[in-house]
Amino acid sequence: MAQFVLDQLCKHFPEAVEETSAVHGNETAYIKRDAILEVAKYLRDDAALCFDMPIDCTALDWQDQKPQRFEVVYHIYSTTLKHRLRLKIRLDEKDIETPALTQIWKGMNWHERECWDMYGVVFTGHPKLKRILLYEEFEGFPLRKDYPVEGRQPLIEMRDTATVPTEKEITPEMLNRP
Amino acid sequence: MSETALLESEIIVTRRESAEGWLRDAIENFGQKGVNWSRKYSLFSYPFVTACCGMEFMSVSGPRYDIAQYGAEFPRFSPRQADLIWIVGTISQKQAPVLKRVWEQMCEPKWGIAFGACASTGGFYDNYTTVQGADMVIPIDVYIPGCPPRPEQVLDGLRLLQNKIKTESGRVMV
Ligand code: SF4
Repeated sequence: MAQFVLDQLCKHFPEAVEETSAVHGNETAYIKRDAILEVAKYLRDDAALCFDMPIDCTALDWQDQKPQRFEVVYHIYSTTLKHRLRLKIRLDEKDIETPALTQIWKGMNWHERECWDMYGVVFTGHPKLKRILLYEEFEGFPLRKDYPVEGRQPLIEMRDTATVPTEKEITPEMLNRP
Repeated sequence: MSETALLESEIIVTRRESAEGWLRDAIENFGQKGVNWSRKYSLFSYPFVTACCGMEFMSVSGPRYDIAQYGAEFPRFSPRQADLIWIVGTISQKQAPVLKRVWEQMCEPKWGIAFGACASTGGFYDNYTTVQGADMVIPIDVYIPGCPPRPEQVLDGLRLLQNKIKTESGRVMV
C-alpha cells in the first residue's frame, strides 16, 4: 500500500534514497544521513503523503559490520491516509551523529532520548539530549553489543549476601511451618 | 548452727531463689512473650510495590484471601509508621537508593519480606539494570518464591514471619 510512498520518495529524492524494500508490507527506505531532515519534512508536509504521527525511533547495532555499524530506525504513520513507513539511516561507528527528527515531529523527543540512552546515538539539534531511563551516573550504553553482560553499575554500596542460604543449604528445619 | 537448722536454711534459700526466679521469669518472659504476641498480630505493612507482583499483592489484600485475618491488613504509606516492608517486584539499580532510604526511615523493630522471584533474587532479569535481590540493599527476613507467588504462598510467608517474631529467631526463612 505504501509502495506509492516509496515511489514518490525515489522520484523526489533520487540522491538521498540509498535503497528501498518492501517485505510483507513493511516498506523501508534507507536514507542518507545528510538528507534526512529534508526528506522528513517532505513526508510530513506533502498532501499526498501526510505522515503526521511519529511511532518510534530505535537503533540497531551490527557489531561486525564495519564501518557502518549502527542503523537508526524510524517508524512513522499517517493518521489520515493510514499508511506506514520505516526510515533507516546508516551510521559510522566513529561519527555517530544524525539530525534529530524531533525538529520535525515533536513526539520523537523521548524516543530519541531513549535511543541516545541505550545506544549512544547523538541527535544533533535535539532540545534536551540526556538520559531518560538510566541514571546520569551510568557509563556506557547498555544495548550496544559490546557492553559487558555483567556490567552492573550500582548507585549505592551493595550488602554482602553471603550469609543468605542458597538453595542447597536450606535445611528442613528452615522450612518448618508454625 | 545445728545440722538440721543448716539444712532447713538451705532449703529455704533454695526455695526463695527458685520462687524469685520463677517470678522474674514470669514477668520478663511473659512480658516479652506478650509483646511479641501483640507485635505478631499487628504488623503495619509498607507495600513497596514496583512491578507485576503488585497485582498478586492486591489479591492477597482483597477480601478473598484476606490478609486482614492475620492482622497485617493495615497498609501505611509512610515508612515512619510501618514495621513491615513488603518488597513487591523488581528493584532496579536506579531504585536501590530509594528503597534504602525508605528502610532507614522505618522504626525498630522492623521486618522485611521479599515478595516474588524478582525481589528475592532478581528473577530472570540478570542484566545491567536490576539489583539481584532486594537483600543486596536491605536485610530480608522471609523470601517468598514465585513469579508471582500464589496468595496462599504469601500467607504462608506471613505466617513464617509471625512465627519468627514470636520465637525471636534470627534465621532466614524461605
Ligand atoms: S517475580 Fe514475576 S510477577 Fe513478580 S515482579 Fe518479578 S516478573 Fe513480575
